[in-house]
Amino acid sequence: MTRLQLNAMLALAGLAAILAGIMAGSAPLSFADTLSGLLGAGPEGARLIVQEIRLPRVLAAFVTGAALGASGALLQGLLRNPLADPGVLGVSAMAALGAVIAIWFGLAALSAFAVPLMAIAFAALAAGMLAGLAAARLSVVQLILAGVGISSFAGALSALAMNLAPTPFTLSDLVNWLMGSVANRSFSDLALAAPFWIAGAGLAALALPGLRALTLGEDTAMSLGADISRTRLLAILASALLTGSAVAVAGMIGFVGIVAPHLVRPMVRHDPGDLVLPSALAAGTILALADLAIRLAPFTQELKLGVAAALVGAPAFIWIAARSASIGR
Amino acid sequence: MSAAALISASVVLAGRPALDAVSFSVAPGAFVALTGPNGAGKSTAIRALLGLVPLSAGQALLGGDPVGALSPSQRGRRAAWLAQDRSSAWAIRVKDLAALGRFAWSGAPYERLADADRTIVDEALARAGAAGLADRPLGALSGGEQARAHLARALAARAPVLAVDEPAAALDLRHQHEAMAVLRAEADSGVAVIAALHDLGAAARWADRVIVLDQGRVAADAAPQTALSADLLARVFGVRRRAEGGYDPV
Repeated sequence: MTRLQLNAMLALAGLAAILAGIMAGSAPLSFADTLSGLLGAGPEGARLIVQEIRLPRVLAAFVTGAALGASGALLQGLLRNPLADPGVLGVSAMAALGAVIAIWFGLAALSAFAVPLMAIAFAALAAGMLAGLAAARLSVVQLILAGVGISSFAGALSALAMNLAPTPFTLSDLVNWLMGSVANRSFSDLALAAPFWIAGAGLAALALPGLRALTLGEDTAMSLGADISRTRLLAILASALLTGSAVAVAGMIGFVGIVAPHLVRPMVRHDPGDLVLPSALAAGTILALADLAIRLAPFTQELKLGVAAALVGAPAFIWIAARSASIGR
Repeated sequence: MSAAALISASVVLAGRPALDAVSFSVAPGAFVALTGPNGAGKSTAIRALLGLVPLSAGQALLGGDPVGALSPSQRGRRAAWLAQDRSSAWAIRVKDLAALGRFAWSGAPYERLADADRTIVDEALARAGAAGLADRPLGALSGGEQARAHLARALAARAPVLAVDEPAAALDLRHQHEAMAVLRAEADSGVAVIAALHDLGAAARWADRVIVLDQGRVAADAAPQTALSADLLARVFGVRRRAEGGYDPV
């Protein structure tokens, strides 16, 4: 299967997942009403439900997943480690801390861009620290543990913010948002994050050949003619933009950034450069389907997407970790 | 003009001098063996030549230019390097590994290389004895097969300078011989070959010139028979050559 065929297949799967997400929901709409609603015709109620509720929600799920999948693949290539993932390494937790600070100190009220910008800045801080540690020749285990430390520290500071929350409303806002969800997202939420996603995707594309050279380690990559400091900077910025804006839109959603690259890697001949786009498409599809499953699940209180992702993703992470023990360094 | 040269180059690693005012140059077509006891600075000298470690004093020249003034891709085109650490983070296919040898020309994997680059990669795979392994993933290979795949990658650069660290490591006797013969052929075709070698017999057999490093300094730089004198063997390596072959400690 060529790269084009694989990406086309995954894009079709993503489209199918998005369409399924538009068709299904708690409101009993007929297939014809849903379709005409999507096209802007038909009864007003159906049009509103499809265009204002279902479509932005399913797109938010897909794009959040895609951003996290691409970010995971980038971090794995940069750190030469199949266990790297924005969630595991604390990039997401730092992004969440940035967003929490923006909300807590009222920056979010001043500008709509405050939350995504703070999330991205803090994600960049975490990714930069990790790349610095990786450059200092830390082992895979040390690096993952450092990520766990970053994650715990950012989590503790977020918890501190909740602990000291001025009102119960702030607290419930923070808690709900941190659990990770794409419910009730609107097109304006997506439009806010779109420039960061586009910038992240562009920078990611520039980092790909360097990631391929990094397969052989930093020294050999440099001897091949790769500009490693440029590749590192591009991958960190791209990962921070993608993770930060995903967290700003949907809160903390873990593990999709590790599971998607793991599933796709054999299909791209383990090439770290070719891995990023299909990982994004696969992760977007996975998250769109996961959100669909949540909406269809017969719970009185809807399960949060971040909780569902962790329930499935954490065991998958343990399985991948156990199987990759021999990779080491 | 020399293809690669160190001029009074010094390197400090972790606070202690690893290279101390080392000078040598390698001409196109020469096969130079770099040898010396453990920790003498063989690998550091090669890394200094390639601009991979900063010099505390002196100069490293590649193709007549200071290596620090070259762009990353210029550096990749002027010298290929086979490091002692032949690890790969991912189980890529052998032909994609060899395609990385063309990185300074194209960062693409094997299938998406230009025809001319792909021909060069195929030829490098054949010369390294890795043509039969081309479609296999690195993870499924023995240590010796992996070493041949990495050698193919270094050959695929077709760079005027080829630096290799222990080219025979992990290879059985026949493949050791083949790897050294490939390096010899590279030199005969005009490439400046620099090989860090522990095996003094191989150094004497294949190289035109032997540079002996000892504690970061050049202890000898001459034709093999002259450089590896009985006096130097005793002084630097602490061994004496036995009449029937091999060495005894002194």
